[in-house]
Amino acid sequence: MNPWLEKQRHLIDFTLASLGRRKTKNIGLLLAYTLLVFVLASLTLFTHALRSEASFVLAGSPEVILQRMVAGRHDLIPPNYIEKIGRIRGVQKKEGRLWGYYYDTVLNANYTFMARSADEVADGYIMVGNALARERGLAAHNTISFRSYSGKLFTFEVSAVLSPDSELLSADLVLLSENDFRRFFEYPAGHFTDIALSVANPQEVRNIAAKLSSALPDSRPILREEVLRTYQSVFDWREGIVLTVLAGAILAFAILAWEKASGLSAEEKREIGILKAIGWETGDVIRMKTWEGLLISLSAFLLGFIAAYVHVFHFDAAVFEPVLKGWSVLYPRFTLVPTVDGLQIATLFFFTVFPYTAAVLVPIWRAAITDPDAVMRA
Amino acid sequence: MIELSNIKKAFNQGQPNEYWALHGIDLALEAGKVTAFRGPSGSGKTTLLTIVGCLSRPTSGRVRFKGEDISGLPERFLTDIRRQSFGFVFQQFNLIKGLSALENVILPAFPTGRPRHELVTAAEGIFDQLKLGHRSTAKVEWLSGGEQQRVAIARALINDPEVIIADEPTANLDTALSKEFMSILEGFTATGKTVLLTSHDPLVVDSTAVHRVVGMRDGRLTED
Ligand SMILES: Nc1ncnc2c1ncn2[C@@H]1O[C@H](COP(=O)(O)OP(=O)(O)OP(=O)(O)O)[C@@H](O)[C@H]1O
Ligand SMILES: [Mg+2]
Repeated sequence: MNPWLEKQRHLIDFTLASLGRRKTKNIGLLLAYTLLVFVLASLTLFTHALRSEASFVLAGSPEVILQRMVAGRHDLIPPNYIEKIGRIRGVQKKEGRLWGYYYDTVLNANYTFMARSADEVADGYIMVGNALARERGLAAHNTISFRSYSGKLFTFEVSAVLSPDSELLSADLVLLSENDFRRFFEYPAGHFTDIALSVANPQEVRNIAAKLSSALPDSRPILREEVLRTYQSVFDWREGIVLTVLAGAILAFAILAWEKASGLSAEEKREIGILKAIGWETGDVIRMKTWEGLLISLSAFLLGFIAAYVHVFHFDAAVFEPVLKGWSVLYPRFTLVPTVDGLQIATLFFFTVFPYTAAVLVPIWRAAITDPDAVMRA
Repeated sequence: MIELSNIKKAFNQGQPNEYWALHGIDLALEAGKVTAFRGPSGSGKTTLLTIVGCLSRPTSGRVRFKGEDISGLPERFLTDIRRQSFGFVFQQFNLIKGLSALENVILPAFPTGRPRHELVTAAEGIFDQLKLGHRSTAKVEWLSGGEQQRVAIARALINDPEVIIADEPTANLDTALSKEFMSILEGFTATGKTVLLTSHDPLVVDSTAVHRVVGMRDGRLTED
């Protein structure tokens, strides 16, 4: 085998033996380090997943939603309202939407009922979101009954369970036909919940909103870009809170690393002296300690990251949920679809592995460049 | 084999606590012989050995090793020479705690990149010679003083150096173990190794294993 490789193997062997010799110290360090990576990684994975859920939701939503306001509150769109909008340049499509919330006493959760055109969902059938299907134990061709707000029982057959591409979007969704929707909620004929307008050119959105407001003074246009911005600032704000709390933990870790680094024990200094005296080069000592730093920080990073992944995507970020997910109380329960961003991993990696390795190496380097004759005088 | 000319060594040079430990040493050391340095405490014996063994550099003067001037070489080359040509047995043994005797012995060979199985075989051979085979997997801190010293000797031999340097090798040993050490020394000269040692111990200095005694006082050689 190549001597260079052999040498690295020797160095790693020695490093592993060294780590084993200072077990409690190194395990403590590894735990603290893993915990830090875990918390940071949970945070980034969680907010990233939420962000991509949100943009997924918004990508599918229309550029402008028009609501009618009565006494400052959202009200139904009356018949012929859509026609009143008339032709506005840049608006590709306008359609009335029908949706509402339904409280299910079985699960104590709110569902979103939404009407779809007859060619998507036939009368008597529904499509249900993934989380809902899971909680109520539904599969295609099952039937389910809902008691409407007026007390009547409606039975539907499940035609399909929605794909879980984005659970936040579809978790609690029930899609049904327009006829069924109107009958179930006793929705007045010809009325709609709101109006969705699609606009091809993003530059025109604000113009169109202004025209809508003047044409229909009792309406309120909601722009997708504004919702997006609100979401972003809410996410940023919450991430900020958590980061502030975390700053303490990061600081504690920095102190720990620094202490470990600068407080190179007399025993370690002696060992470096011995290794140099018996023929190790300064570079060998530094390489060995680099391996040590890398082994600790890489395993902490891996352990912390994997734990965070499991925490966020299998346990719904249970630790952070109260802080981070406060605005989505509407949704009964959902599991985030795992998304991992390479750049985020790289950033996290850089800010945890790199400073630690550097902090460890500086004092080692100082100890390693001293003359080895001191070992002759114990 | 080793020639020293006008070696001077100052500690903390240029500072108020400047101290000259060696005041110009001229000495030629023969290959294949055992040379003992004797002198009172503080006379500079250890300092001289660190210079010969490439552990430190003289403040001035020349060190020639096998005809080559090594006093001006950069650290890397000095380390190479130290690893290949010198084996050290320290007074405090300086073994690494927590590692087994065998692990300690093969440590000096790590930078050479020799495969592990080769090193283990070599170490086991040395252990057998030193009657230490049964202790090779024991952690060094559990070994007796004499066993620890034999581990330290084995470590000095692993890279098969030409010169063995031993500073006060018997200071921590009783009479029987000291005698055993001297007989191990005779074995070295039989295989052609050069040995340099320092000692206060008459048992060492007057031993028949020692070919030459060099006296030192106040950083200078004395006639002997
Ligand atoms: N790093 C150092 N800084 C300052 N002075 C030193 C240093 N190392 C050694 N000395 C001094 O140099 C002198 C020679 O020391 P050295 O260890 O060579 O003596 P020695 O002959 O080996 O003594 P001993 O028999 O006690 O081992 C001593 O006075 C010692 O105090
Ligand atoms: Mg001494």
